[in-house]
Amino acid sequence: METIEQTTAIMGGEFLIKETEASTVFIPEEWSEEQKMIFQTCKDFLAKEVYPRLDEIDSQKDPELMPELMGKAGKLGLLGISIPEKWGGYGMDLNTTMMIVDALGSGHSFVVALSAHTGIGTLPILYYGNEAQKDKYLPKLASGEMKSAYCLTEPDSGSDANAAKTRATLSEDGTHYLMNGQKMWITNGGFADLFIVFAKIEDDKILSAFIVEKSFGGITMNEEEKKMGIKGSSTRQIFFNDCKVPVENLLYDRGKGFKIAVNILNVGRIKLASSCIGGSKDIITTAVKYANERKQFGKSIGEFGAIKYKLAEMASRTFASESAVYRTGSNIDKAYDSYVNEGMEPAQARLKALEEFAIECAIMKVHGSEVLDYCADEGVQIFGGMGYSADAPMDRAYRDSRINRIFEGTNEINRLLTIDMLLKRAMKGRIDLMGPAMKVAKELTSIPDFGVSEDEGLFAKEKKALRNLKKAGLMISGAAVQKFMQKLADEQEILMNLADMLIEGYVAESALLRVEKLIGLRGEENCSIQTDMMRIYLYEAVENASRVAKEAIYAIAEGDEQRMMLMGLKRFTKMEPFNLKEARRRVANHLLDKNEYSFK
Amino acid sequence: MKILVCITHVPDTTSRIAFTDGDTKFDSNGVQYIIGPYDDYAVARAVELKESQGATITVVNVGRVETEPTIRKALAIGADDAIRINAEPEDSYFVAKQIANVAKDSGYDLILMGRESIDFNGGVVHGIVGELLEIPSVSSVMKLDIDGNVAKIAREIEGGKEYIELEMPFVAGCQEPIAEWKIPNMRGIMTARSKPLNVVDPVDTDHLDKLVRFELPPPKGDIKMIDPEHMEELVSLLKNEAKVL
Repeated sequence: METIEQTTAIMGGEFLIKETEASTVFIPEEWSEEQKMIFQTCKDFLAKEVYPRLDEIDSQKDPELMPELMGKAGKLGLLGISIPEKWGGYGMDLNTTMMIVDALGSGHSFVVALSAHTGIGTLPILYYGNEAQKDKYLPKLASGEMKSAYCLTEPDSGSDANAAKTRATLSEDGTHYLMNGQKMWITNGGFADLFIVFAKIEDDKILSAFIVEKSFGGITMNEEEKKMGIKGSSTRQIFFNDCKVPVENLLYDRGKGFKIAVNILNVGRIKLASSCIGGSKDIITTAVKYANERKQFGKSIGEFGAIKYKLAEMASRTFASESAVYRTGSNIDKAYDSYVNEGMEPAQARLKALEEFAIECAIMKVHGSEVLDYCADEGVQIFGGMGYSADAPMDRAYRDSRINRIFEGTNEINRLLTIDMLLKRAMKGRIDLMGPAMKVAKELTSIPDFGVSEDEGLFAKEKKALRNLKKAGLMISGAAVQKFMQKLADEQEILMNLADMLIEGYVAESALLRVEKLIGLRGEENCSIQTDMMRIYLYEAVENASRVAKEAIYAIAEGDEQRMMLMGLKRFTKMEPFNLKEARRRVANHLLDKNEYSFK
Repeated sequence: MKILVCITHVPDTTSRIAFTDGDTKFDSNGVQYIIGPYDDYAVARAVELKESQGATITVVNVGRVETEPTIRKALAIGADDAIRINAEPEDSYFVAKQIANVAKDSGYDLILMGRESIDFNGGVVHGIVGELLEIPSVSSVMKLDIDGNVAKIAREIEGGKEYIELEMPFVAGCQEPIAEWKIPNMRGIMTARSKPLNVVDPVDTDHLDKLVRFELPPPKGDIKMIDPEHMEELVSLLKNEAKVL
């Protein structure tokens, strides 16, 4: 009997123990005509308003420039995408809002400002605000009349958000809170009119959230931070000195701020991932054009295998990440629809849907930001000496990329979170991890599979490789839990290994599902490059997983148990020989022929 | 005021151009299509006129069903309705004849289009439409203001500008900077689908020419850098090697 059951994954995190039907996933090739037009509006906006002024934006000489650009984006309607129509927005689903930051993802500091405003700056009110708060603020946020910022981090509380020291004390007449404290790394701080501020009320142990208008007074700030990249993004340290916040501006309930912060970060993470994909696609196109133009030794550098390798790798990883990011977004939208159909209030349904797929959001944040970093790094390399020139585009791409692995929760925190959430769900009985893990353990002592393929049909071998990859993950998670029990949280290195396996499995599966569905729509002969990219990605995913799995096994088991697990791992990560070099050449040649990242 | 704006559906300016069928057919595989950039300016100016003094705008395109996303983009920018003449836009005369047929009894005050399409660059459709409708046509219009029934126009001429005034109706071939380039906003995009897009059959038209084949320009040769101090070397190379002087 198969360990991995052939049922449809509908719950977050279940992809690890269940298989997904390709027909049930959303793929980016299915964007509607309207969505494509919105995508193009974003690209046109960048071309018209942002690209010609990138140096000016980064110089921050004109403090009015960024708010002016935000205002123009607001006029186009780009700030109200996720806000319902009754508050002046367009009420679009999550996947569409993700597509918009994907389209704007090559907008450098501008997209940081826009994402902070539309995401963490607006959604706390949309999801947690009461009707009066929504009526008062959402229309102004949708139009861009008010620009917003999110104030969580403090000098001594970053990843440990609940350690924040900012306090809110109720006034004697009970009409307002007096807020005191300092916040740092506040994106849009310099021009925001509205701040979502996290602070503890009186002696509370847990944060509360507040809607703070700049006009309330008692707000001062330091100069702009000098940063490695996204230099045009306003980043300030903000001080609250007896800032008078009316009691009606408490968001949701007292002591619910941490919950708000965590849930808002889920949507922040998945949107960051789609923005990173947009950045990666743009870097690939820039690199491909340069590889076609730049001539050395009498031919364009794109004709050399070493460059083809880089282009194909950049494209395959981006393609895979893009597949996973919109699969996730669509799953969140579907969960939302079903909760609403069950009678849940829309904002609550949105939150529950995000929470359901919080593991995938964290996975995608890590993956998207690391793909972007890879693309930026290789983009510089393809440009050679020009890559290091501040007058060529890769300089900015490289510097701006780096922050993505840090904000919205560092990639380390997010890796830990994926496994932490998964194990908590297993303990609560929401996901049956131990059952399949035990089956895998039994399989280890059974007669090995001699490589006779019992499966037939499209991508049978690839699907088997994926099933096996999941089995390897289950085998090691099961062993790690048994060995360390409650102390597993202290073994961060092993948790990182497990997270890497989980990430590779999810992304590789998403690429496979995308290509399988695409072939159904367009026919196998029209999807050969996508198939190559998927196979390249899968092969490397299994190799990467195998490497980190070995490390984990060495750390978890000894003696006979270790030998048995290593043998199991070998069996679970066995791949048929695949000519990666030729596949990469086909992918690169396609990109060079199209002169862009052309998979849409 | 009733404005008709004629738009083309052309390959994006960065498309790689290739031909099939013995160099007689454009290879549209994987090509992204856009509103002709000059036509885009015509649409934008029409929308500005509508906003400043009121007008109804109809867009018309000669093309098959695949041009409808392009047409809807014009609706998203601000046109009120659209007509698609269901035919391949075979040549300038054919297209002009179709447009004239749609326009002839509809009482348009202004017929705007780009000064040329960016695929086959004939640049004569506005002239032929004007002739067929027996109204004036002007092209390379850079500025267009309407005062009552009179249009004040600046058009580009060799080395300068010409300022003219004429009464409506007329046909104008437009170019930048006649209007600010317009990006469709969310409201426009969301309402575009509900605006009428009428499909009409083409009228029979004589074919005045026949396509023989296309040819791509020769690939760019190597570049030689000449020191600005040595102009005589440049002159010599242009004379003897490139043979252009």
